Amino acid sequence: MSQGVLVWVEQFKGKPQAASWEALGQARTLAGGGPVTAAVFGQGVETVAQEAIRRGADRVLVADDATLADYRFEPFVALLAQIVREHQPAIVLAAATIAGREVLAGAAAEIGAGLLTDVTDLSLEGGKLQAVRPVLGGKVLSVEAITGDGPQFATLRPRAFPAPEPDPSRSGEIVAVAPVLAEDAIASKVEAMQEVTGTISLTDATIIVSGGRGVGGPEGFDPVRELAEALGGAVGASRAAVDAGWIPYEHQVGQTGKVVSPDLYIAAGISGAIQHQAGMRTAKVIVAINKDPEAPIFKLARYGIVGDLFEVLPALTAEVRKRLG
Amino acid sequence: MHVVVVTKNTPDTAATVTVKGDGTIDWGDSLVVNPWDEYAITEAVLLKEAHSGKATVLTVGTDEHQEALKHGLAIGCDQAIRVWDGALDGCDSLGYAEAVAAAIRKLGDVDLVIFGRELADIATDQHVYQVARKLGWTMLGYVAKIQALDVAARSITVNRLTEYGTQTVRSTLPAVISVVKDINEPKYPTFIGIRKAAKAEIPVWSAADLGLDAAALQPRTQQLRYQELPKREGTVEIIEGATAQEKAAKLIDRLIEEKVL
Ligand SMILES: Cc1cc2nc3c(=O)[nH]c(=O)nc-3n(C[C@H](O)[C@H](O)[C@H](O)COP(=O)(O)OP(=O)(O)OC[C@H]3O[C@@H](n4cnc5c(N)ncnc54)[C@H](O)[C@@H]3O)c2cc1C
Ligand SMILES: Nc1ncnc2c1ncn2[C@@H]1O[C@H](COP(=O)(O)O)[C@@H](O)[C@H]1O
Repeated sequence: MSQGVLVWVEQFKGKPQAASWEALGQARTLAGGGPVTAAVFGQGVETVAQEAIRRGADRVLVADDATLADYRFEPFVALLAQIVREHQPAIVLAAATIAGREVLAGAAAEIGAGLLTDVTDLSLEGGKLQAVRPVLGGKVLSVEAITGDGPQFATLRPRAFPAPEPDPSRSGEIVAVAPVLAEDAIASKVEAMQEVTGTISLTDATIIVSGGRGVGGPEGFDPVRELAEALGGAVGASRAAVDAGWIPYEHQVGQTGKVVSPDLYIAAGISGAIQHQAGMRTAKVIVAINKDPEAPIFKLARYGIVGDLFEVLPALTAEVRKRLG
Repeated sequence: MHVVVVTKNTPDTAATVTVKGDGTIDWGDSLVVNPWDEYAITEAVLLKEAHSGKATVLTVGTDEHQEALKHGLAIGCDQAIRVWDGALDGCDSLGYAEAVAAAIRKLGDVDLVIFGRELADIATDQHVYQVARKLGWTMLGYVAKIQALDVAARSITVNRLTEYGTQTVRSTLPAVISVVKDINEPKYPTFIGIRKAAKAEIPVWSAADLGLDAAALQPRTQQLRYQELPKREGTVEIIEGATAQEKAAKLIDRLIEEKVL
């Protein structure tokens, strides 16, 4: 009989993906008294497995192997599908990160299981998962449910669910599992990885300061970056700023960029087009800085400052530095 | 070389939508090509030109999606194929993926399948990976650049954008890729292209043509209803002050009260 909840815990070079803990927290809730199992794939991931136990897993299946050192679709999907077939969990969860989306969709397709993606709310109704997901660029919510039998899959939008704090007194079992595919059976080879360094990733950030066309040029991002740095946050951008070549695409927030859910989102020189809103409207507190009091961003914001960002941003940075001493 | 781009129409995200009392949506009449797919279609055309190959644009859907196919033809795809059948009505993303995979198998000589990142409407965000798995091919998602494509050597090398950085991956062909907007500047249809597309005959393949059985199309998920977003609490508070310094200090006070700092 199928029982319990399985969570695919993502890691990069031995560092856990924070959003995976949010999935583990939901797993605990959905499992009721049942077992929660984490699955960790990688190389040198012992500490991730231990943290999974402290964060709520009863058991961790660890596949530690050179073929899993870098994320690749085929070996990860084949292994997750194999684990699900063998352990028959009632529910399979992961964070809706790039890899999380791919691995769960691939494994669900292989098994023929139902999958609800990028959900912001999750519950069980009569034993079936029911979820709320923002659709149409975040303009409306869709309520969806699993109807098929067998394991039920879902990916959780990062920062939509609380992460359980680590509990050092928790204990659990760590079980080694073998990869399914040998290296010569894997069609893709990772040749290089150019890591994003020194900056906080937009998806993980609790604070984001974004600049738009209003910053006027590449150097206009300096005051944006300084405030982000003072706040320990990440730098975002509107598409207009990205298209102008002032900042690389990986900073773009919105429908064709990243979807973020920070505690605090400060939009400077951004008008608040619907496609930009699609990427940031679920932020807890939105602050708009714009010289046009009629800019649509003020309709979405909790706080607004009508003024020139080149005066307001440095004043905010100075104030933050002053308070932090 | 044969490249297939898979696309469909979506409602225009700039259009206003209202959720009706019964939880359904009036989509309005402004269907557009899924904006993500403009990059995918353009890439298919650029690749087939560079490699003197063939590009096919494929959709699974009713004739509402004819426009996406015409767009593909108008910017340079050689042929368009629409898959539709009453049996597909009401199937979920996995069912569509079965149909796409079956159509690609029927085409037979496909080297590369290109998708846009996700749909702008209900963005199931699983279709692409499901197709890859159903075909049993490699999936390279979030491709920002095709570094090399060597059809004779059956090899493709791409840069993928991930949360952790840019991953360079080499894979054998055939493969499935999804592309992000860094990949190219979308092509726009020319007058001649539009004329040609308007005249093109687009075949419709049925479930029987593809050998799809009912079990494979059985939905595993169901869309129950739509809801309006919860209204954001309160309205905006405009922070007033004589100087930028004064406004900054007031705002920081508020953010500390809100416990976000
Ligand atoms: C299919 C599609 C997908 C899209 N995807 C995205 C997406 O992912 N992300 C995205 O952001 N956009 C996206 N867009 C574009 C979107 O529609 C807007 O064009 C874009 O968000 C506008 O960027 P902006 O707010 O920076 O620029 P603008 O709309 O030009 O706004 C600039 C703002 O800065 C203010 N300003 C100017 N100078 C100053 C100053 N000194 N101090 C303070 N304020 C100042 C102005 O008052 C104005 O409100 C998409 C569009 C389409 C059609
Ligand atoms: N029924 C379909 N027919 C053809 N392409 C589709 C279909 N559904 C989704 N797609 C394409 O698959 C990609 C991702 O869709 P999704 O996974 O639903 O977000 C986009 O490029 C879509 O255009």
